[in-house]
Amino acid sequence: MTDTTPAAPSPQQGDAPQELWPLWEVFVRASRGLSHVHAGSLHAPDATMAVRNARDLYTRRNEGVSVWVVPADAITTSDPDAKGAFFESPKGKTYRHATYYTKSEGVKHL
Amino acid sequence: MADSSPQASTDPGTTATSSPEQEQFDRIIEQDSRIEPRDWMPDAYRKALTRQISQHAHSEIIGMQPEGNWISRAPSLKRKAILIAKVQDEAGHGLYLYSAAETLGTPRSVLNDQLLTGKAKYSSIFNYPARSWADVGAIGWLVDGAAIQNQVPLCRCSYGPYGRAMVRVCKEESFHQRQGWEILHSLANGTPAQKQMAQDAVNRFYGPALQMFGPPDGDSPNSQQSMQWKIKRFSNDELRQRFVDMIVPQAEALGLTLPDPDLRWNEERGHYDYGDLDWDEFKAVLSGNGPCNAQRMAHRIRAHEEGAWVREAAAAHARKQADVETKESTLLRHA
Repeated sequence: MTDTTPAAPSPQQGDAPQELWPLWEVFVRASRGLSHVHAGSLHAPDATMAVRNARDLYTRRNEGVSVWVVPADAITTSDPDAKGAFFESPKGKTYRHATYYTKSEGVKHL
Repeated sequence: MADSSPQASTDPGTTATSSPEQEQFDRIIEQDSRIEPRDWMPDAYRKALTRQISQHAHSEIIGMQPEGNWISRAPSLKRKAILIAKVQDEAGHGLYLYSAAETLGTPRSVLNDQLLTGKAKYSSIFNYPARSWADVGAIGWLVDGAAIQNQVPLCRCSYGPYGRAMVRVCKEESFHQRQGWEILHSLANGTPAQKQMAQDAVNRFYGPALQMFGPPDGDSPNSQQSMQWKIKRFSNDELRQRFVDMIVPQAEALGLTLPDPDLRWNEERGHYDYGDLDWDEFKAVLSGNGPCNAQRMAHRIRAHEEGAWVREAAAAHARKQADVETKESTLLRHA
C-alpha cells in the first residue's frame, strides 16, 4: 500500500539489513475502458516476477484485466508541504466550471 | 506524548512546542481526514502505527499455520480448495499490511527480523492449536468473525495506507467467516459424534476469540491515545460486546451452545451480559507460554531459512538479466 517513498525514514533504517528485493508499485486496470489505478506495492527481484506477484496478490478475485508495475524509486512526487502554493493556480478560477455561467438558466440545452 | 507543560493543549498528539506542522496534523485528525505517508506526523504516531500495522501483518502470517495444518486433511476436494484460498488470502493480507507499514519508513527486512527474533508480537489466538477439522470451522466463524469486528472500524483509520489495506482485507475476509460457520453447520447437522466435535471446537475457541479484542478498557493503556489519533474508533470492550451480541443468535442457528454460564440477555442494557474471561491465561499465552508459541516461531523461522535459496536465486537471476541488458544496449550503441 505504499503511496510514495516515505519522506522521513525511521532511525532504524541506518542499521537495517539490505533489502534483497526492490519495492514495486502496482497499478490494476479493473476492466477494459477504465484506467489503471494504484492498488498497492510489493517486493520482487525483477519486473517479470513483480508482474506475476502482482497478479497473485492483487487480482485473486478477478479484480483486473491488466497490471502495471513500476519501481517505487522511479516515482517522483510533488512536495506535500508545498501543496498550497503548488496547486494554487486553479484557485479562484471558477470561470473554468460551467456552473459559473448562470444567465442561461431556464434556457434549454445550454 | 506525556507532557507536563501547563501550556500544552489537549489536542491529539500535541507536544509542548506546537509547531505549524503539528497544528496541520491536529487539524487533519480533527476533520476526520487522512494522514498520508509523506505528511508530517508526530514520532509517537509513526511509532504506534508501525507497531500496530506490523503486528497485524505478523498475525496474518503466523495465522496461516493452524489452518494450513489441515489443508492436506480437509474432508473433501471442495473443502480443500476453499481452505487453500483462505490461507492464501491470509498471506495476501500479511503482504498488504507489511506494505502499509513500510510507508512509515521501516523496511520490510527489519519488520521480518522483528518477527523472527521474537521482538515483535502477533495475536495470541494463533498460539492455540487446531485439534480437529471442526476447529477449522470455529476459527473461521469466531476468530475471523472477531477479526472482522476489529477491522471494519480500522477502514476509517486516520492513516491512509492502513485504512485502504483494511478495506481490501475486509472485503476478502467476509467469505472466511461464512465458510467457517458452514463447516460447523454441516457438522452440527451430522451424526451425534460430529455435532459433539463442533461443540468441542466452539468450547475451545469462544474464550480466546473474545480475548482477541484485547484487555478490558481499564487495563488497556495505549487505547486512549490510539483513539485520540483516530487510529482506533471503538474501545476493546465496545467491540467485544458487539461481537458477543452478534454470535449468540449465530450459535443458536447452529444449534450449538456458547460455553459461558453467565451469558444472558440484559433487557435494560439491550445487550448480552457475558462472564469474566481468563486474563491470566491471556497474559501467559501473550508472554510465550501458550500451547503452540514455540512451535509457531520454530515453523516460521524454518520456513524463512528454507526459502533463503529461492530469494537469493531470484535476486541473482535479476542481476544477471540486468547485466545482459546493459551489455546489449552498449553493443547497440557501438554498432
